[in-house]
Amino acid sequence: MSTSVASSESASTSSSGLKPSGLNPSGIGASVLRREDARFITGNGRYTDDIRVEGQVYAVFVRSPYAHAKVTRVDIGDALATPRVIAVLTGADMQADGIGGLPCGWMVKQKDGTDMRSPNHPPLVVDKVNYAGEPVAIVIAETVEAARQGADAVAVDYDELQAIIDLGTATDSSEIHPGISNNLAYEWELGDRAATDAALASAAHVTRLDLTNNRLIPNAIEPRAALGVFDATTGEHTLYTTSQNPHLERLVLSAFVNIAPEHKLRVIAPDVGGGFGSKIFIYSEETAVIWAARRVRRPVKWTADRSESFLADAHGRDHLTHAELGIDASGNFVALKVHTVANLGAYLSTFGSSVPTYLYGTLLAGQYRTPNIHVEVQGVFTNTAPVDAYRGAGRPEATYVVERIVENAARELQQDPAELRRRNMIQPDQFPYQTPVALVYDVGDYEKSLDKALGLIDYDGFSARRKISEAKGHHRGIGLACYIEACGLAPSKLAIALGAGVGLYESGEVRMNPTGSVTVFTGSHSHGQGHETTFAQVVSDKLGVPFDAVEVVHGDTGRVEFGLGTYGSRSLAVGGSALIRASEKIINKGRKIAAHLMEGAEEAVDFSGGRFSLRDSNRSLSIQEVAFAAYVPGNYPDDLEPGLSEKAFYDPQNFTYPAGTHIAEVEIDGETGVVSVVNFVAVDDFGRIINPLIVHGQVHGGVAQGIGQALLEIGLYDSNGQLLTGSMMDYCLPRADDLPDFVVGTTVTHCTHNPLGVKGCGEAGAIGSPAAVMNAVTDALGVDEVSMPATPEKVWRILQGRSPRRMA
Amino acid sequence: MQITLTVNGTLRELDVPENTLLVDILRERLRLTGTHVGCDTSQCGACTVHLNGRAVKSCTVLAGQADGTSVLTIEGIGTPDVLHPMQAAFRECHALQCGFCTPCMIMAAIDLVENHKELDNKSVREGLEGNFCRCTGYHNIVRAVLSAAEKMAAKA
Repeated sequence: MSTSVASSESASTSSSGLKPSGLNPSGIGASVLRREDARFITGNGRYTDDIRVEGQVYAVFVRSPYAHAKVTRVDIGDALATPRVIAVLTGADMQADGIGGLPCGWMVKQKDGTDMRSPNHPPLVVDKVNYAGEPVAIVIAETVEAARQGADAVAVDYDELQAIIDLGTATDSSEIHPGISNNLAYEWELGDRAATDAALASAAHVTRLDLTNNRLIPNAIEPRAALGVFDATTGEHTLYTTSQNPHLERLVLSAFVNIAPEHKLRVIAPDVGGGFGSKIFIYSEETAVIWAARRVRRPVKWTADRSESFLADAHGRDHLTHAELGIDASGNFVALKVHTVANLGAYLSTFGSSVPTYLYGTLLAGQYRTPNIHVEVQGVFTNTAPVDAYRGAGRPEATYVVERIVENAARELQQDPAELRRRNMIQPDQFPYQTPVALVYDVGDYEKSLDKALGLIDYDGFSARRKISEAKGHHRGIGLACYIEACGLAPSKLAIALGAGVGLYESGEVRMNPTGSVTVFTGSHSHGQGHETTFAQVVSDKLGVPFDAVEVVHGDTGRVEFGLGTYGSRSLAVGGSALIRASEKIINKGRKIAAHLMEGAEEAVDFSGGRFSLRDSNRSLSIQEVAFAAYVPGNYPDDLEPGLSEKAFYDPQNFTYPAGTHIAEVEIDGETGVVSVVNFVAVDDFGRIINPLIVHGQVHGGVAQGIGQALLEIGLYDSNGQLLTGSMMDYCLPRADDLPDFVVGTTVTHCTHNPLGVKGCGEAGAIGSPAAVMNAVTDALGVDEVSMPATPEKVWRILQGRSPRRMA
Repeated sequence: MQITLTVNGTLRELDVPENTLLVDILRERLRLTGTHVGCDTSQCGACTVHLNGRAVKSCTVLAGQADGTSVLTIEGIGTPDVLHPMQAAFRECHALQCGFCTPCMIMAAIDLVENHKELDNKSVREGLEGNFCRCTGYHNIVRAVLSAAEKMAAKA
């Protein structure tokens, strides 16, 4: 049985509980408890490493200890002689088998009109290493221990080269990739440079700010893993792996990497223990594993240890930015100019090129009417792990720039930061709103979220709370961030015109079974988001069938026709919309069947609440009865196929634009420099909400990651390219006692262009919170800027009047 | 080496290499895959089980140390039909998302409740410091533990 605890689209706080709506207890808007929980809370989840296939053997990768080096010799003799080692395979073996490089899926055009420059990225190193931890060889053995011993016995000769690590000087350094001068993948720009320069020159006030957006290491708690199985009798390859998008994995491995034809490659992403972006990408390891399974004719399993995750999962963020905001005498923003150097790491990861461009520059209008915006981005190679999408992907970086500089501007102008923002916000009657940076926002009511957030945090009471803190020798600060994001990627024509290698629609199939239950297939993938529950709510609501009669299938290219997967808060807006379209087709066909059975005209058949009824009669049929008739078509229209199963591909018309206000209040211990987030309010407009319980959970998790970025987390390399933060002992993930309870509220304007009116909620928490926290920290300290993370040491030095020691 | 231990109430006699970790015994030998491995430095807590009634990280217990002990894992505390109050509370409070840290967060939380009186928000947060969750931001986990603590106290 499904259980509903409550529902509310405008629940004010998540800690105060949710109020029931009194509508369909399991339909849209109800806080249905998650059905997937039953297996997770009892230890019955089935993650990749839990799967065991008869005869499986184990892979361990030999990884480069150097960040930049020529590989002159790989001697596998001793490794092969290690007991129970089956095979040692190298990049040369892979090349000989015709396995290609890992492609970047998004070709960014440079400002001069030429294509970006993308180096070849062989899954296993062939002759040159470009980051510490890059895989050089794969060792396969009967046990993990034997594979480790074998890996230790592989002798690799390296000629170490100068590592290019520092982002600020990388463009003036020697080339990492031959022929890619200045280590520049691209120089990209958006907006009107001349108009922006002119508006800045004539502005009454200009606020200038230099910012770093710290490198983050995603750290999903489940490490990446892969299990490759090859059936020599059929030529079928099956890859179980920790993926957010198994169909994309299959497409890339088939079309670009040449692992196997698409129909001979099945990719299964079973239960996946968190992704946050890091499991979108097509990595070396699963590529090597499925290929090796064919080579050794045994199932091959690899599970990363956490050290490997740190070294070889794609990292996030890592920008250096200079921004200038021009304001007229009345307090109106007149221009924003941004220059960003974005670290792409050693190679262009799957979506790495698009994150600091199309997902960043396009968001720099924020919630404001700023008429002139220009952004220039240099995408730079360094000898570090590839950088790609991490929760928010470009949008947290954009929000950080806009909301930090707006906050500083308010301080310089001695205006209330909330009121300066309010003055410049796009108004509800101005939608659709064309920004100067390409996007057209469809709908929003930004002041509503701002006002609700100000109320929830008791903004007016802050000065009294600050006095109490000061009396204790502490420093209290408050900071806002009014963010916007573009989600629901993406209109395919637009994405492809901008260089995407694939369309960004989503597929869905709704299958009425003969007995009236429903099996739903989606190309989206759930790795914590709760699709098995929310997608069932959507279809249950649309078709008027019981929630418990709807099963949701995802994550297997052998069961689901196609899909683009889950990232960019797109699942519900795009994948959910596909299910609505498929359900509409079910209803349309059902109407024909029902009309025939009720001996009426199709046009006279209405569908509501799971029943087809013939207008002006007392005749009606349930959708279950119609489904049975479709599969047992004795009395059935001659011109209609039997069966009741429909597919849809939904291609969005626009991005969706979730937006809201996050406010952080911090207290800084005057003696230790420890920053505590004492109050945190997030008010978000996600459009229609399907399941408030799940939405609030998504916000909590995102905010936690954003607070982690602001106060705790940073990925650091030393000047030789050694990762200094290579373990959970060195990289500071938020623990329970680092975080406060969160107050979460929502406001609602419905997305205008998808059938559910939804916008997406997965990333907002991580997008608004870093700027809110850092605005609060700088407010508390009375300084213009503190680089993230605001560690106790850094803050303590500021409190002592000393400049922060440069961190690595 | 030969070891004997009781796992979820069943006596097990095993022959394992001396350097085998308890988590590997559980996952690979006994196929109790609800206990997970999330790191290699004993930080994440995804491998938490009860050893003689107290929560331990099974990635830091060697086979010899487990010899003669009684081990309780997530598979031993409740069933899908009869959940432990902590399991039920995690579901009711939406205290899990991807589910990977969940079994062992539950094991750590049960230990916390059973061995600490007068829990509040702060002490629950401090008590769960050894278990990482990257999905939930801990907000709902704290709610779940406090809710289960009430129910467990009422039962006791």
